[in-house]
Amino acid sequence: MAASGAGTTLKGLGYGVLALLLLVLLNWVTESVLSGYVGRVVILCGISIVLAISLNLINGYTGQFSLGHAGFMAVGAYVSAALSFYHGNLARPGHGGGMEFLVHTLHLPEGVAGVLFFAFCAYVGGLAASLTGLVVGVPTLRLKGDYLAIVTLGFGEIIRVILLNLKSVGGSLGLSDIPGTGTPHSIFENPFIWVFGTALITIVVSRNMVESTRGRAFLAVRDDEVAAESVGISTTRYKVTAFVVSAFFAGVAGALAAHYDSYLNPETFNFVKSIEVIVMVVLGGMGSLTGVTLAAIMLTIMPELLRASGPLRMVIYSFLLIVLMLVRPQGLLGHRTLKPRKKPKVAAA
Amino acid sequence: MTEFLQQLINGVAWGSIYALIALGYTMVYGVLRLINFAHGDVYMVGAMAGFYMTRWLGWGRSPDPLHFVVVLMASMIVCGLLGFVIERAAYRPLRKRSKLAALITAIGVSLLLENGGQLVFGADPKFFPTLIANKPIFASGGLIISNIQVIIIVVALVLMVALQYLVFRTKTGRAMRAVAFSHDASRLMGIDIDKVISWTFVVGSMLAAAGGILVGLSNPKIEPLMGLLPGLKAFVAAVLGGIGNIPGAVLGALILGISETMVSGYLSSTYRDAIAFVLLVVILLFKPAGLLGKAVPEKV
Repeated sequence: MAASGAGTTLKGLGYGVLALLLLVLLNWVTESVLSGYVGRVVILCGISIVLAISLNLINGYTGQFSLGHAGFMAVGAYVSAALSFYHGNLARPGHGGGMEFLVHTLHLPEGVAGVLFFAFCAYVGGLAASLTGLVVGVPTLRLKGDYLAIVTLGFGEIIRVILLNLKSVGGSLGLSDIPGTGTPHSIFENPFIWVFGTALITIVVSRNMVESTRGRAFLAVRDDEVAAESVGISTTRYKVTAFVVSAFFAGVAGALAAHYDSYLNPETFNFVKSIEVIVMVVLGGMGSLTGVTLAAIMLTIMPELLRASGPLRMVIYSFLLIVLMLVRPQGLLGHRTLKPRKKPKVAAA
Repeated sequence: MTEFLQQLINGVAWGSIYALIALGYTMVYGVLRLINFAHGDVYMVGAMAGFYMTRWLGWGRSPDPLHFVVVLMASMIVCGLLGFVIERAAYRPLRKRSKLAALITAIGVSLLLENGGQLVFGADPKFFPTLIANKPIFASGGLIISNIQVIIIVVALVLMVALQYLVFRTKTGRAMRAVAFSHDASRLMGIDIDKVISWTFVVGSMLAAAGGILVGLSNPKIEPLMGLLPGLKAFVAAVLGGIGNIPGAVLGALILGISETMVSGYLSSTYRDAIAFVLLVVILLFKPAGLLGKAVPEKV
């Protein structure tokens, strides 16, 4: 990418338009071709990609071991679900505040308003999660290694217990009847475009981040924290940056999952969920965007493929996990995307 | 005041069980710098082994302290073997690889034990046989101490003293401390590192098994996922006391057990699962090496 600034922008724009067209096309294809179950697995893959790529910013690039991803996911999911549940339903009196504003005050067609409101909810969920990331990150990111892992895990569990005790979002019973993604009867009803659009944004943002000065600082922190500090990199600041951005996308992923399933339960966001995502990142090769994406897809499909084996399913899954780690401890693709010649491939992926 | 004392005693008994699990975490962390995620599940296997052992032997119909001792020993042996096998099959091949690969493998082993447990033992809860009849041995002014609580505390104490002896008075223990200090230097001194690490896993797993049997006495409902949260909290306890530090693990576990019973007694039991992590966050923010982490640099 030796092109000038304007050329790069143009190229980026071209990729953007291309990606958008591809998304709309695939959205249409998945809507008409894929049946309920296969469609569901595809959507879950997309959500996994967002989660894994966002965690990769912390675990892969910055080298910090965070075990609290499920907590950020939960914050995003609950904020977004509560917003649309309490303020986005025109059919229920007193619960349509946000939509009423868009439809009656701004005179937007209901379809457009629905899409805008959904995007607003999901991304506000993401912002809430990144705010949580900031609050959690500032004090904890001074800790190192296993201590950081266990504290982030602790914060994730604390978030889960708080949600269990919040009656307004269902507490331990969970929150049901969450409005679906987008607007009914439009191309935006299909969660595909939302999920994979977000996945694409996540990949592009994290690729651009790591290719920037900030990204170099991330890698420096990962490779040698003392050396990074001694050349004037504020390690805590960069760690917190990675944490906040990562939490944002985890929150959006949680929001998408919540609206897709239309049901939320705090138990979904226990530390096993965080571990699932960690496994994707490590198996994908810690910092390799293509590898992590591949691992996210693989580890989402694998348990589904094993469904045929009935009760043995999770036993085989965990056994395969151990064997995979023993055979390829460096991850599926190693650190390979970090090599410059692989860059264009990532952008197109 | 009576209420407070009662909660304190319950907390100490509960904390002793955490301590037995936490010791295994802290020992393995000491020699390998690895969070052995499967350790909580070894504790589950300990309880399950006790359950099946009693059934096969046809015991459990009438309480008998001798049966309790036999079951405790047998379950400790089963788990010791399990710990040995886990280390040999899953962790040893990755010794030279990154710490993270070993950690993910540990998570894999944990999942394997949980899901395998659900397959072998069935997902439904089982009721641990009454090996010892629960009766109060001290009751005055509303304060009740049961024999089970005393047994838990005594067994835990005996095992801790035995561990202390093993680590500080025997050749194996000295080797463990040396390996925890430096792998390379120990190897140069002619210590068989693999053997020492195997021993550490065996001893840690035996302690976890004892925890499993003791928890079976006080909370008889046992199931394949029972190790998940206690395992995690025991690890928190180990970190709280300063990971790699044996007295620290016991101290952390007692603090944790007491605060948990206090929270469920005075606040609400729904917040019980969060208190461990709140404590952890607070302590690590102010004393990042844990309570005894710096004071006693000796790590095992």
